[in-house]
Amino acid sequence: MANLRDLSNVACIVGVDESDEMGTLPHKSQLSLHVEAVTNAVRDAGLKVSDVDGIFTAGQHSPATIGEALGVTPRYVDGTTVGGCSFIIMVGHAVAALHHGLCDVAVISHGESGRSQVGVSPRRDTAIPGQYEAPYGFGPAPTMFGLITTRHMHRYGTTLEQWAQVAVSTRQWASLNPKALRREPITVADVLKARPVVWPFTVLNICLVTDAGGAVVLTRADRAKDCAKKPVYVRGLGEGTEHVSLTQMKDLTFSEATRISGDKAFRMAGVGPGDFQHIMLYDAFTSGPPIMLESLGVAKRGEGVRFFEEGRSTPGGSLPINTNGGGLSYTHTGMYGIFPIIEAARQLRGECGARQVPNLRTSLVNGMGGMLSAAGTLVLSNDGAR
Amino acid sequence: MEIDRPLPNPMTPEAKPYWDGLREQKLMLPKCAACHHVFWYPRVACPKCSARDIGWVQASGRGTLHSFEIGYQSFNKAFKVPAPYVLAMVELAEGPRMLSNLVNVEPDPKKIRCDMPVEVVFTKLTDEVTLPLFQPAGR
Repeated sequence: MANLRDLSNVACIVGVDESDEMGTLPHKSQLSLHVEAVTNAVRDAGLKVSDVDGIFTAGQHSPATIGEALGVTPRYVDGTTVGGCSFIIMVGHAVAALHHGLCDVAVISHGESGRSQVGVSPRRDTAIPGQYEAPYGFGPAPTMFGLITTRHMHRYGTTLEQWAQVAVSTRQWASLNPKALRREPITVADVLKARPVVWPFTVLNICLVTDAGGAVVLTRADRAKDCAKKPVYVRGLGEGTEHVSLTQMKDLTFSEATRISGDKAFRMAGVGPGDFQHIMLYDAFTSGPPIMLESLGVAKRGEGVRFFEEGRSTPGGSLPINTNGGGLSYTHTGMYGIFPIIEAARQLRGECGARQVPNLRTSLVNGMGGMLSAAGTLVLSNDGAR
Repeated sequence: MEIDRPLPNPMTPEAKPYWDGLREQKLMLPKCAACHHVFWYPRVACPKCSARDIGWVQASGRGTLHSFEIGYQSFNKAFKVPAPYVLAMVELAEGPRMLSNLVNVEPDPKKIRCDMPVEVVFTKLTDEVTLPLFQPAGR
């Protein structure tokens, strides 16, 4: 009988890094952003690109394309693409593959020319959005996530001011991260007064759109001890998908995919949703992190936003959230999920300088794909005790 | 009159009775012949019981506004309805939810409420394509 706990702490994140630069990069192709990130993360691990034998990536390029660009002939590949959380899910897939010896050094690669669109294939309508969404003006994510947000406000009485607190808290962290794109402080009033895009969102409720890459390197725990940096153990992992089209989501105010994903990760890790000192959440919109906290069971339904409103999430708060400055203020390429993993690993290694969370042992990473449609969850720790 | 919206593309074979119905100002929904589940969007197996025997039923055209947004800009070059406009998720009386626009209403979040009753109105774009839009009920 298979036991989830068997996969806990068997593999470690040993290398993380972004592309050489992030932001608006019309001089770099999407594929180059992948290659920069992988070579940087492999160097961070103290390994060589030729050590890599497992390639994991999501989005427009297949793992075969990444392997070819790197000059690697992998013996394990995974191209699961279920939205921006795919990279978080792939940490789980990599752990399973490493555990069974299907590969020895796994790299999860992300590169996206989200702003400049260099070397990007044009989007094409598919049957469902082309037929049942586009004729009414629906399209990019803000036109969908707003529906989730409006329904949450109707059901729980959450307010525009409360969502704005998420942007303010996240910007406070960004001001401490030299790599963050937007670092100047903002207030709730700034968020409310910013350019309206689609009510209930002003532009400051919506993530950045940038060009960047990011990569994560994993290996088995026994080999991790020989790498350059302190290993970060994958203690729990989970994934789930519920819907793709928003009309198929059972309850707009609660992500079933996130609940399934979180439950599995917590059970594997032997922790509860209240056991974290640091949380990284996928913040494409200000309303996303509070709804994720509710779906994960960290907060009661309708109360996730209080973590931000009451300052618990901010620098010096009791539960720091999105310490890199998030998709809202640090970077957001389109498929953001690699970046919260990178930040959690750096925090657990103690590398974060002014924004370092003190005495950190366990960190939670949770991301969404699409409109809370898919989810990936990781429980990460700098302590390999089982 | 100039077409002010993206035309549905593609129009898939499994949705033909839906598009055919709209041309006659009827909102048709797929209904499972085995378990009688009425669902959206059209597909060849019932999402509840997996039966492959799918029929069609004419919807009442009544429902409630499950959620909404106010668009302050166009998000698609072919969408030329002047902003602000109301993006809507409607919960039909028959059960399923669909996306549409709320029209004949002031596009002001203070004037629009989740769960308000709505009814279908049809807008003809071309000889082939008529779309279901919604307005406040009993208007």
